[in-house]
Amino acid sequence: MVEHGDIRVVHRGGSKINFRKPVITNDSRFLLCASGESVKVFSTSTEECIHDLRGHTDLVTGVLIKPSNHLQAFSCSADGTVRLWDFTDGILIKTYVIGYPIFSIHASPHHEGVIFVVTPMQGDKRSGELFQLVAVHLPQSGDQLVEARELSAVLTGISSNPAATVFGRGGEYIASANGLQLEVYFFKKQKAYRFSLKEDNKKGGKNTFTCVACHPNDDCIATGHEDGKIRLWRNFNHKKEYTYSTLHWHHSAVSSLSFTPEGTNLLSGGIESVLVQWRYNQENQRDFLPRLGAAITHIAVSPDGALYCTSHSDNSKELTSVIESKPLFLTLLFRPRAGESVGTDLMIDPRSKSLVLNGKPGHLQFYSLQRDKLLYNLDIVQQEYIHESGLQQFEVVKAAFDASGNWLATVEERKQKGAELELNLKLWAFDEQTQSFVLNTTISAPHEAQITGMCFSHATDSQTTMLVSTSKDGHFKAWQLAAQSQTDGPSWSCDFVGAYHGLVPECCSFSADGSLLAVSFQEVVTVWSPASWELLTTLSQPPKAIRNLCFGRLSCSKYLLGTTDSNLLCCWNLLTCSLEWSTSMDVSLLLADPLSENMAAFCCQAGCTDLFVFKPSEPRPLFSQKAVCSGMVTRAVFAPREEMLESCEESSQWLNRSQLYFLTQYMVNNTNRSAVKEKKSAVSKRLVIDDSVAMTPFYLLLGKHRQQQQGGDDPQSGVSAERTPLPQGSVAIKELLQTPAHVLPSTSFLCSMFVQSLLISVTDSREESKHAEEEMESEKEEEDSEEEIESSRTRPEQQAAVGGGEAAESAAPAMTKAQVRELRRVKKLDHSWLAGLLDS
Amino acid sequence: MGEFKVHRVRFFDYMPSAIRAMAFNSHTERLALVRADGALEIFNFADHYFQEKVIPGQDGRAVEALCWVGQRLFSAGLNGEITEYDLENLRPRYTVEAYGGPIWTIGSNKQGTLLMVGCEDGTVKMFEILKERIQFQRNLERQKGRIVSLSWHPSGTLIAAGMMDMIRIFNAETGHATHRMLVERGVGASKSREVVVWSVAFLSDYTIISGDSAGKVQIWDGLTGTLVRTHLVTKWDVLCLSVSQDESSLIAGTSEGTVVQFQFISSTVDQQEEEWVRTRTFKNHSHDVRALAHTETAVVSGGMDTQLVVRPLLDKVEKNTQESAMRKIALPHRSLVCCAKKAGLLLFQFPDHLEVWRVGESDGHGKPGDSLPVKRKPEKLIQLKGKGGDHIYSSALSPCGEWLAYSTVSSVRLYRLQYNNISITKVSKLPKDLCLGHQLCFSSDSTKLFASSRHSSVIVVALNQLECKYLHTLKPKSGSRQPVHLLCTSEDGKWLATANTDCEIHVYDLHKRKLHCTVPIYSSCPTAIAIHPTTSHLVVVHADQQIFEYSLVQKEYTEWSRKLQKQGLHSLWLERDTPVTHVTFSLKNPAHIILHDMFMFCIIDQSLPLPESKTLLYNQMTLRSLPEQERIRHSHAFKICKNFKHVMCVSLLEDHSLVVAAEPVLHYLSEVSKRAQTTLSQFAGQYIHVMGL
Repeated sequence: MVEHGDIRVVHRGGSKINFRKPVITNDSRFLLCASGESVKVFSTSTEECIHDLRGHTDLVTGVLIKPSNHLQAFSCSADGTVRLWDFTDGILIKTYVIGYPIFSIHASPHHEGVIFVVTPMQGDKRSGELFQLVAVHLPQSGDQLVEARELSAVLTGISSNPAATVFGRGGEYIASANGLQLEVYFFKKQKAYRFSLKEDNKKGGKNTFTCVACHPNDDCIATGHEDGKIRLWRNFNHKKEYTYSTLHWHHSAVSSLSFTPEGTNLLSGGIESVLVQWRYNQENQRDFLPRLGAAITHIAVSPDGALYCTSHSDNSKELTSVIESKPLFLTLLFRPRAGESVGTDLMIDPRSKSLVLNGKPGHLQFYSLQRDKLLYNLDIVQQEYIHESGLQQFEVVKAAFDASGNWLATVEERKQKGAELELNLKLWAFDEQTQSFVLNTTISAPHEAQITGMCFSHATDSQTTMLVSTSKDGHFKAWQLAAQSQTDGPSWSCDFVGAYHGLVPECCSFSADGSLLAVSFQEVVTVWSPASWELLTTLSQPPKAIRNLCFGRLSCSKYLLGTTDSNLLCCWNLLTCSLEWSTSMDVSLLLADPLSENMAAFCCQAGCTDLFVFKPSEPRPLFSQKAVCSGMVTRAVFAPREEMLESCEESSQWLNRSQLYFLTQYMVNNTNRSAVKEKKSAVSKRLVIDDSVAMTPFYLLLGKHRQQQQGGDDPQSGVSAERTPLPQGSVAIKELLQTPAHVLPSTSFLCSMFVQSLLISVTDSREESKHAEEEMESEKEEEDSEEEIESSRTRPEQQAAVGGGEAAESAAPAMTKAQVRELRRVKKLDHSWLAGLLDS
Repeated sequence: MGEFKVHRVRFFDYMPSAIRAMAFNSHTERLALVRADGALEIFNFADHYFQEKVIPGQDGRAVEALCWVGQRLFSAGLNGEITEYDLENLRPRYTVEAYGGPIWTIGSNKQGTLLMVGCEDGTVKMFEILKERIQFQRNLERQKGRIVSLSWHPSGTLIAAGMMDMIRIFNAETGHATHRMLVERGVGASKSREVVVWSVAFLSDYTIISGDSAGKVQIWDGLTGTLVRTHLVTKWDVLCLSVSQDESSLIAGTSEGTVVQFQFISSTVDQQEEEWVRTRTFKNHSHDVRALAHTETAVVSGGMDTQLVVRPLLDKVEKNTQESAMRKIALPHRSLVCCAKKAGLLLFQFPDHLEVWRVGESDGHGKPGDSLPVKRKPEKLIQLKGKGGDHIYSSALSPCGEWLAYSTVSSVRLYRLQYNNISITKVSKLPKDLCLGHQLCFSSDSTKLFASSRHSSVIVVALNQLECKYLHTLKPKSGSRQPVHLLCTSEDGKWLATANTDCEIHVYDLHKRKLHCTVPIYSSCPTAIAIHPTTSHLVVVHADQQIFEYSLVQKEYTEWSRKLQKQGLHSLWLERDTPVTHVTFSLKNPAHIILHDMFMFCIIDQSLPLPESKTLLYNQMTLRSLPEQERIRHSHAFKICKNFKHVMCVSLLEDHSLVVAAEPVLHYLSEVSKRAQTTLSQFAGQYIHVMGL
């Protein structure tokens, strides 16, 4: 195994921010979202993530502003702690250890010193399903870590869904819904009332409660139901004479309900992705905010009632100003397709160098890796997406760019039960004027069955661009741009239909110069000449079907590589038409770096994926790493660097030109059942040389959000608990760099501090790399440190700031490259001194 | 076990008319209901919602409002008259002209001493209620614009009047208007239209609630004349309001067919201050809800779709009991079809005319379920229009088909029919005593006509070719003043049985011309009676679905009846919500009793064991699939056929074929929704088929 101590895998994606209801702070300046193991603080005006409150060692399950101090916030986690934060400065104030996994947190200003948490019921065999609401008396103590063991159960047998439990007017009662039953507990009388609904399936109505909201001034409880009804309960302090009225607009389950702070309006949302505002007591007057993009999962209202925040199932948040009634911002984070085999490969747009993959339903998203931001969504399907569950709608399943980025080919399909497969092949031309892709040709039903592979001819110099698609109908087709008529301009048409003994083609690949096309027909690889459409040769390595097919690049372009189902990696020499070499390994994904001869192969073994990087001409791998990640790598891509790196180390040379990104996917039926792992998620990681451009972790969001279930003892969480929390200094650096120069302390003071930190960093850097190793082992936790994102963002600014400092104060010596590198390392260290400095 | 040739008669296109107004008397638990044709119906809510009394309407008499004053019932209508009804003799007692143009509303004070009406000319007129009549007392201050609705404050000092675009409050003593509350018009195009305050309610805490044509239910402070709350309930009209007795609940009927409930509840738990909050919405009607009544436990609504709906409030009744089931009363609880068994003729009674039909014939034979070819089509022989604008109360066709009699509130008419070349002649000279006939009935040999008269008496008239002669009057000993609503004779001409709304059943011996016996009084009203032709057992079915068999010879309940009472009827039988309206017997098999209600007909085989409480009651379909031996083991006395909907009559002809007059539901509903004059001839017609039971 080759030494590779300086190559690391970095999480570039992570958890969802729509897991729990977001909280808007009292001054409406911040938005707090539970995100994985941390709480993210977003600015409502700039949509930037300001802080990442880290400290929990398991999934954060609830965020709440402390009722007695609106500058502090509680967060609860499945790790059994409640933490109190100063969210404006991002400081952990206190940690209360409860000792049981917590599923949600509730508090009321009328219950001083008490918080209410939902925990699994103890001593019950079915504790996985039953939950109780527990009042926790927070001990008054100056310590950072406080044991809060004074617990008293309030309600038992409730739902773990935080939306199903809510405090009523003035904290006098608490309402909780579970299944078909609503329970209201009055604290003064210590009496609970239960109201059940019939499971009425006669008219197709499903009365199951989904969410609850209480009016702030009146004794009125609004409940949302599975069938889209909203019931307003009144008189619920009577066993029999309770009454309710029914509002019905939603066609599917009401997922979130919220009263405005004055109680004048009731907001509701569901899968229709329409925010409905009901006038309280004038319920037939309602306002709609439609087309919010995706199903609404949570609604939060700012305490002054000026902002509404809706979380959506596609992991975006939308803030609506009540006055203007238009969305203020949209934070759409990376959204690959969740746990489904459909979905495009990861691709790099040759023009913008952005990562392209499935975005919103029926869209391709262009994601800038450099700026770590969603650029735009390209509407492929161009049909209205109907927000209703259970509908089969068009999905983009394949996409391919040609080498110059002038053409984009997409395949969309829709398979309805009992209907024929609907397929469309679309070809998009890049329009220089609008700087976007314009639909050129739509080929409906290009094949009779699903398209299995598609690729463009790579030759950039050739006059004609060619696209080859293979399909399960046993044919592969070549499509070529042809001028059909004077008026319409060129459009695409079928040039050639090829087949081989009625076998089903799987993969296709063009050689680097575009002179050869390799198409795999189950276990046979056929090589065609695209110029004459002549079958040149067949290569076969029985007995199993070919899984991947890839031509070598540059100096290795004479080689054709293929992987088979029988765990064989074969390399054919096309000059001799013979097998050059083969090795036995279970390669799940094989891809070639377009800028070098290097090939990357991911092997899935025993739940872990190993990575090998090799040149087809050399028998020795350039780089190999065992257990890059757990689970199977489903998608990967080489992304070219903006500027080439010069690295002397042999093992990292292959990353000089490109970076490798890959997507993994966790299966639910994993043996370890931890909260983190059960979430179907994918992580995009990047292998980078340690001292290269800083790593920017961003969280990949995946999948339908599911209720978190806690497995008690989990080795995985144990590992994550041992992991040392990363320093939080980068925030301070950022603040330093973003603070105008005139408010900073004198440069000499700063400089000396810098130098000091440089001296310390020598020892720390070793630690750091060690830590990196460790992280590589335990990198299943997709929630990774956020600070690296900051550092990457701040890097150019930092240089600018350094330059500015030079200009302003010529006393400071010009930093050498090494110094800059060191400086960069510094910011991964503890910078609390700087925070303290700034605060003073 | 029995096969019948069934004449499925579908040409009786009886159409109930729309419900116009209703009033509920909470003391007697009687609901008075008036329909668009002026017919008044009294339902006894204490006795399974049985329709006790019907007073037929009159041409051109549109009743707009009803009002109970104690036991007395007053109505007022657009003809400008106030009518008091004689509920014992089932006719209007007197009418008083109010001289104020059409009357829109009527109301009384809580004390029951004064009656007020709101007139088209803008006056509110007060009438003093005297023992035998009402007398005009005075007018309140005259307003511009009609008075559409009125409500008296329980203390009797203030009156709220709903008008066009406003509500006025009158001082009842001085008669002066003290407040004028303007009601906002609807938005949009209806801005230019006047808003009609269709209904007002004055509560004891001086709150006024109004429902108007702009779809609003508004809550006003009656002392200051200020608006408290507005609830926009519908886009169209709020037509009627009704407040519960304890003033904690309010219902509003809209022209969308919905009934909206409001409840007076405190907004917060410990606070005493209460407010009106909209709670439930009931949608049981397809068209306008014109009339509402809020009983202690239920919401009663009726409207254009002619159905009376009783919707129990689930917080007031025990759940999952018979009381908590919703009831829809669509058809009258009495038989409107008379079958001349010997002649194969059918007499259909409509509000304003009668039709005589001859049923079709078929000589075919077939398996059960087959449709037989109709050899001779059914034909309408006679259509007889009622005279004088009075609607028909009761009618009868003699078994031989030669005599036809009908009665209105004022007279009885007798006709002689001839069929060889169809002619109808009125029997001009009728005995003077025969002026009132709540029920009419011919003896089986068509020689006598029985007509029930005042105080439950029955007048017997002899008929022959030349003349018709008064014979005598049969009187019960009980001295009941209630009218007879059921009348039947035995096949042999010996017995005559009557039932009145006091639940009394009297049996007269016609040979001895005197009262034979009185059946022990059961608490529920009889809905159908019949005397068995051979055994002379009287079969009585009551509104609570109980069945009794009484031996007239031994003057005691029969063994079978005792057994039935001992074992109890099947719970599904008791849960049916329409009363049995007709009982008849099979001539072939004396053990068979044939009876029907609106949704089914049933043959009770007295020779078979009674159904156990756990056995399947409606088992005809399952029995058919069983082998012969199994079938005998599983069959029980109640053979129920639910093939028909809206069954109006089931009768057995002499040739042992069954006549079932059932309305096709489709026909009924489309008629309701269209309200058009189109004849739905494709539905009308007769089918003859064979049915196995």
